[in-house]
Amino acid sequence: MLRFVTIRLLRAGLTVLSVMTFAFVVLRMSGDPAQVLLGPDVPQNIVQDFRDRWGLDDPIWRQYLSYLRAMLQGDFGLSMRDRSPAIDLVVERIPATLQLTIPALILQLALGIPAGIYAALKRGTLADRGVIVMAIIGFTVPSFVMGLLLVLVFAVVLGALPSGGASSWQHAILPVLTMSIGGIGVLARFSRSAMIEVMGQPYIRTASAKGVRWSDVVRKHALPNAAVPIVTIVGFMVGSLIAGAIIVETIFSWPGMGRLLIVSVTNRDLAVVQCILLLVAAVMVVSNLTVDLLYGWIDPRLRQAPPTH
Amino acid sequence: MNNLVEIRDLRVSFDGVPVLHGIDLDVAPGEALGLVGESGCGKSVTWLAALGLLPGKADVSGSVRLRGRNLAAARRLALERVRGGQIAMIFQDPSSALNPVMRVGKQITEVLRLHRGLVGASAKNEALRMMDLVGIPDARNRFGRYIHEFSGGQAQRLMIAMALAGEPDVLIADEPTTALDATIQAQILDLLVDLRHEMSMATVFISHDLAAVAQICERVCVMYAGKIVEEGPVRHLFDRPYHPYTRGLFDAIPSLTGPRRRLVPIPGAVPDPRYMPSGCAFALRCDRARDFCKQHRPELLPQPGGRQLACAYPVPEARDILHHQEEYQ
Ligand SMILES: Nc1ncnc2c1ncn2[C@@H]1O[C@H](COP(=O)(O)OP(=O)(O)O)[C@@H](O)[C@H]1O
Ligand SMILES: [Mg+2]
Repeated sequence: MLRFVTIRLLRAGLTVLSVMTFAFVVLRMSGDPAQVLLGPDVPQNIVQDFRDRWGLDDPIWRQYLSYLRAMLQGDFGLSMRDRSPAIDLVVERIPATLQLTIPALILQLALGIPAGIYAALKRGTLADRGVIVMAIIGFTVPSFVMGLLLVLVFAVVLGALPSGGASSWQHAILPVLTMSIGGIGVLARFSRSAMIEVMGQPYIRTASAKGVRWSDVVRKHALPNAAVPIVTIVGFMVGSLIAGAIIVETIFSWPGMGRLLIVSVTNRDLAVVQCILLLVAAVMVVSNLTVDLLYGWIDPRLRQAPPTH
Repeated sequence: MNNLVEIRDLRVSFDGVPVLHGIDLDVAPGEALGLVGESGCGKSVTWLAALGLLPGKADVSGSVRLRGRNLAAARRLALERVRGGQIAMIFQDPSSALNPVMRVGKQITEVLRLHRGLVGASAKNEALRMMDLVGIPDARNRFGRYIHEFSGGQAQRLMIAMALAGEPDVLIADEPTTALDATIQAQILDLLVDLRHEMSMATVFISHDLAAVAQICERVCVMYAGKIVEEGPVRHLFDRPYHPYTRGLFDAIPSLTGPRRRLVPIPGAVPDPRYMPSGCAFALRCDRARDFCKQHRPELLPQPGGRQLACAYPVPEARDILHHQEEYQ
């Protein structure tokens, strides 16, 4: 168990390191922060001043090493834009992003899984077909299209909801919907096929042959088995929620990390970008680890078996 | 009416394709009945249909009476009491027929709760006793294990324990040894024989292996392509099979005691239910078939000595008695 967690953490560390290295190289190669932040009309001596302060004229490997050294010492650097600590800028935005992603995740779980299971149990009926069609629409329409459609209907035509901003809870409704619809579709479809697969297994017939009530066959025998593949996909969805946040916060001008990321990339504000990437990587690692631990809890075959005698 | 189970004119089709063509079958209390036939003959479907365990796309007609009560007309609740409580069923490939994520002990106590109202410590003790009875060593330690931690033979013992936990009147054992190695097969067969005596329950032993059936059954029904083609006491069928199909099954058994001889498998295969010939379903593979057989489907008719047969040109007598005495005595 300890070994398992250690290996996972080491692997996660490597992943994070390569992500950060990649981001460093790409951001530094693709544009000059001095040019972008200061603009074209600034006098040469000010630009040079800026370059000296941030060490932009050093060879890139030296910049990279000093950046890594600072990172290891827990120093995430200053934003080139306003010289406040990058980490503060990012942390400040976390609540806003959570206000969208957590309700979206809850909505995905609460609607996607039951819809899929219901469809599986009513396989071949009209209800099943309805779920399939909605699920396909849900995950094939890209979220920016879905977002614009929702804005068109609810904000422009009906005038019922605001189309952007974050001043009240009503402002969160459209972004949350936009963010969750795709995941609801994915989960519904995936839960449906997982459940159909399980319901066809011999042990389900055995349970019925024992005289277990049908509802208990579903609840006690089928669901725990279907949970294994469903948990996997939920783990993946945490990643897609973060990606969704970037798009959705941009569409709806929601002041979260996603929008901060876009702005910082545009400005080549490396420290902020790196902070966000680090945070995203940490979230992914934690969610993958949680999924792995959940696996062992749900499926005894994946646990380290004690020696039998 | 002293039959425990009476199946009458049981017919099953899947998506409009008939696979059972009117099965009549009785099980007397405490008897050991064998149901043999090659794979795909409808042996499993017969009992799955009787217990209402077929998927929804299956079309089932006919009657199944348990102590005179029609199960086909029974409400779902009544049927759930019958399953596992009066008629228990065990399946081929025990490792996949038990729930992989539920502790094996729990799968046994579930039956005890449903059919005998036992919960808590008394259920656990009874489950341990059942595990002991079927020969699981160190039951107390293995109660909380999962099915993947057991070998195939042990898994089948567990499934038997689970089936017996409901104290059924009939145990339907559907190819319980097919997925196991030969030595384990023999042990499981012995276990079934012992338990049947101990629990005084009827056993229906489904197998494609006539030799195994002969070892534990008193009476045999031979099925072919969704019909029973021959039925009678196992000794009589051994001594003198009437139906060329039964005869063919015997010829395909390796003889352990008699002189070595070549095994003669029946040529051809069971016809696909979608393209069932209009006459006798066995005619195409039968060396005794004549034109008549290809046009007329034979009925299962009573024969002298309490036997039944569905064949227009049964296997002749004299040569056969000699032949089989040599080989099976
Ligand atoms: N769920 C099912 N759907 C469609 N056909 C089935 C199903 N179960 C069994 N059959 C068909 O019914 C026939 C009898 O099958 P079965 O009773 O399993 O044979 P066996 O004698 O080997 O137990 C076979 O032709 C099989 O293909
Ligand atoms: Mg079968």
